[in-house]
Order: sequence, then C-alpha cells, then structure tokens
Amino acid sequence: MRVGYAGWAFAAPALLIITVFFFVPVLSALIVSLTDFDLYALADIRNLRFVGLDNYRQLLHAPQFWRAVANTGYFVAVGVPLSLAASLASALLVNSRLAYFSAFFRTAFFAPVVTTLVAVAVVWRYLLHTRYGLINYALAHVGIHPIDWLGDPHWALPAIILFAVWKNFGYNMVIFMAALHSIPVDLYEAARLDGASRWQELGRITLPMLRPTLLLVSILTVAGYFQLFAEPYVMTQGGPLQSTVSVLYFMYEEGFKWWNLGSASAVAFLLFLMILAVTALQVRLTRDAQAR
Amino acid sequence: MSVSGARVLLHALLLGAAAITLFPLLWMLSVSFMAGGEASAFPPPLLPAHGTLANYRQLFGQQNIGRYLTNSLSLAAMTTLLSLLLNSLAGYAFAKLRFRAREPLLRVLLAALVIPSQVAMLPLFLMMKWLGLVNTYAAVVVPAMAGIFGVFLVRQYALTIPDELLEAARIDGASELRIFTSIVLPALRPILVTLGVFTFLGSWNDFMWPLIVLTDQGLYTLPIALATLSREHVQDNELMMAGAVLTVLPVLALFLSLQRYYIRGILMGSVKG
Repeated sequence: MRVGYAGWAFAAPALLIITVFFFVPVLSALIVSLTDFDLYALADIRNLRFVGLDNYRQLLHAPQFWRAVANTGYFVAVGVPLSLAASLASALLVNSRLAYFSAFFRTAFFAPVVTTLVAVAVVWRYLLHTRYGLINYALAHVGIHPIDWLGDPHWALPAIILFAVWKNFGYNMVIFMAALHSIPVDLYEAARLDGASRWQELGRITLPMLRPTLLLVSILTVAGYFQLFAEPYVMTQGGPLQSTVSVLYFMYEEGFKWWNLGSASAVAFLLFLMILAVTALQVRLTRDAQAR
Repeated sequence: MSVSGARVLLHALLLGAAAITLFPLLWMLSVSFMAGGEASAFPPPLLPAHGTLANYRQLFGQQNIGRYLTNSLSLAAMTTLLSLLLNSLAGYAFAKLRFRAREPLLRVLLAALVIPSQVAMLPLFLMMKWLGLVNTYAAVVVPAMAGIFGVFLVRQYALTIPDELLEAARIDGASELRIFTSIVLPALRPILVTLGVFTFLGSWNDFMWPLIVLTDQGLYTLPIALATLSREHVQDNELMMAGAVLTVLPVLALFLSLQRYYIRGILMGSVKG
C-alpha cells in the first residue's frame, strides 16, 4: 500500500508536466483546427467561431499547401534513402575487421550530429555560395560551371538534402554499427568455409540480418525528415520561388506570421497523418518482403 | 583483391569520408580567424593570412553575444537539472513501484511517442500567452521539465536494479524517498549522465520553440541570435563563422568528453519497448 502511494507520488510531477504541456495541447490542437482562430480571436476570444472541417477543406484546395507537401515529399523521398545508404556504408567501413583507428572515424562521422543545426547551416550556406563557395570551386576543377545552389529553384532543395545527409548520417551509423556487432561471427565463418565471396557475405548474411534494424531506422528517419524546418529557415527562407517551403515552414508562417492559428493547427495534424501513413506503408512493405 | 590492397582501399574511403564530414567544421574555425572580407575571394582561402580575433571581439563587443551565451547556458542547465529530477523519479516509479493504472499509463505514453512535438506547439503558445509566460525563461524550461523519452530511458535502466536491494532497505525501515536518494539514484548514475547529455544538447540546439516564445532580443538563445544575425549580416562571412564556432564548440566539447554515454542513449532509444 505504502509503495503504491510512493509510486504515484514519484510519477506524478513528470506525468503532470507531460499532461499539461503535451497531451492537453495536442487535444486542443485538434479543437483549434476546427475553429477560425485568428488575430481577432487572439485579441478577444468571443470572435472565435467553430467552422468544422473548413480549415482542412481550404488547405486541400490551396496550391501553396500542396507545394509544401510536394517539397517535403521530395526531401523525404530523396533524403532518407541517401542518408540511410551513407549510414550503412560508413558503418560497414568503420566496422571492417581491417580498419585501423575505427574509434577516430566513428567520432569524425558522428561529429556533425551533435553540432547546432543553425550554426552549421550558416557554414553550409557559405560553402554553397555561388561565387566564393568552396563547393563550386571544387566542381570547377572537374569542369562544372558555377551552380547558384541556394538561388536556383531547381538546386535549392537538393542542396539542403546534401546538407541534411551530411548532418544526420552519423546517427544511424551508430545504430547500424551496434546491429552489425550483434550478428553471430560463426555465420561468416561458415560462409567462408563454403567459399563465399565478400559480396555474397554482404548480400546473403549482413543485409538480411540487418532487416529489423533497417525498418526501425527508416521509420525514425522518415519521421525526422518530415519535420524539416530550420534548414530552409536559415538557408533560403523558403525561397527561391517557394521551392524550399516545407510543411512545417508553411505551418510556422501560417501560425506565427499570419496568426491563422486554426489553419496552422490543421496543417500540424495533416503532417502527423502523413507521417503515420508513410510509417504504416513502410511496415506493410517490410512485412510483404519478409513473407516472400 | 589481396588483404593489403583491400586495407589500402578501405582506408582511402574512410579518410575521404572523414575529410568530407570534418572539413566544414575545420574551415568554419579557420575562417573565423580571418580579417573582414578576406573570405570573400575566389578561390576561397583555406587559412587566414594573418590570424585575428577581431570577429570574436566584435561579437562580444557590438553584438552582445556574451548575453546570448549566458542565456543558452542557463536555459540548458536549468532544463537538464529539472528534467533529470522529474524523469528519474517517474522512470524509477514505472520500473519498480507498483501503483494503480501503471501499465495502461505506460502504454499511453509509449503510443504518444509517435506524435510529433510540433502538433502541440500552437496551443502551447496560446497557453503560454494566457499564463503570461511568453518572453520568459519559464516558457522554454517548464514544458521541457519532463519528457516521455526521458522517462522511458530511465525506466529501461531502472529495471535492472535488483528488487532484493530495495526490499532489504524497506525491511530496515527506510522511507521510499530515502531509498530513492541513497540506493536508486547512485545505481542510475550512468543513465542519468546519458540523459543529462541528451537533454543539454537538445536544449542548446533547440530552435523552433525558442524562436516562437522568445521574441525579446535580450532573451535570445545562441541559435536564435545567430539566425537573426545571419539574416542581417549576409555578407559578413568571417563574423558569422565566429558566431557559429561559439555556438558549436561548447556542445562539441561536451559530446567529445562524454561520447560513450551519449551513444548508449541512442542505442537504448532505438530499441524502445
């Protein structure tokens, strides 16, 4: 009995904070998204009207919203596979039995993960500078003309993807490295006795054994990439020509620039639904692949 | 391929990749010591002709960056201390103390991990406005005082504390609070370091929420100040790099000194449940 009270007393402060500052706002967001909460309602709550699904309906008819969805989809569809490939390749390299100084390389690959996004985005904006940027300077050596990375609507999002992959791949690399360690060594020994090549070991043992990790990591990474915000905020301010406006950037402007809090809440929920849908799809595809 | 050939190729790849990941950080450091305008040349110089601290002097003098450094530091420190306390209490309770509705609560919390924090952001802003907390430290610290991830991280670790240890203390007549402070907390030490590093880095690097609730310049954290500065001083590359160094260096140093703990947190977080 005494322990029961203690349990509640110990858990209560954290549960109170999580309830008041997370669960209540999430539920309120659902309610706010069904109202026309705007600058007038912010001044006087009596101006608030319930509008049903109007916010959602309007968003689904707004080209700017679809533009943000398409940009975010592009960022996720290209960025996540690139990032996972970089993570897996670097984990395999660092984990190789032949590698010296693997602790140093692990730290070097991981360093960008802990850096402050805004600070390194400023650095990259400079690296990507059309005239003085080192990236264009390096490309000039292989005969490529200067690219206006952040000023050209075709290149701005790819440039942000490159930056995001550089910043994030170390995180999943660490998870892959742990998963590689847990593959039983005798599997490889048996394969070698049977005369398997290194590529066969990779395709027949390593990758199949990594499948559960791959699913988990891709779900977490997709959710993370859907939340693109600070990169365009610092590097392009959503431009040029709206080419880097993400769903969250759209939500931020809708909510805190135009003070359409009702509509912005609807954007937040649509983003949540998109993440859920893609996650369900990933689980489904993995299951189908395993069943085959 | 021979073993030594494979070894050479492997290290060539590793070194190439390390050069790509480290170069932007090293170059940031180098440019921060260049004189104004020196880096706006083609080809861009790799090292300063004459190293100077002028950019740092300007940041601390005219740009008041000491203030933002203090803001970031105190916010991260407060958040870390308070959240360590609350999360460790709750994490231990969920692992070792039986109380009503414990299991269903745990399931609700676990399920809620999929909700992106931005969903809560707009009503949270309204709540802070209503409470009169916009443009106060409390608006940043209070919502971060406990988190589902932190509770779970502590819980997973606390499960490994032997029950006999706790029972023995109870038989000796120790109060639950006493048991927590003298047995549980010391046993949780490694995971508290992990959670502490995570929370500190998360708070220091956080951008969107402080951007929304701290609009008074005197309260800016380093990332907000840097983002604002970089919009105003687009051309002052050397100055911006010095600002980036000041923002990145403290967290990079913290990570390098406590790397082992940080990586354990990632691994525990990725095998949730």
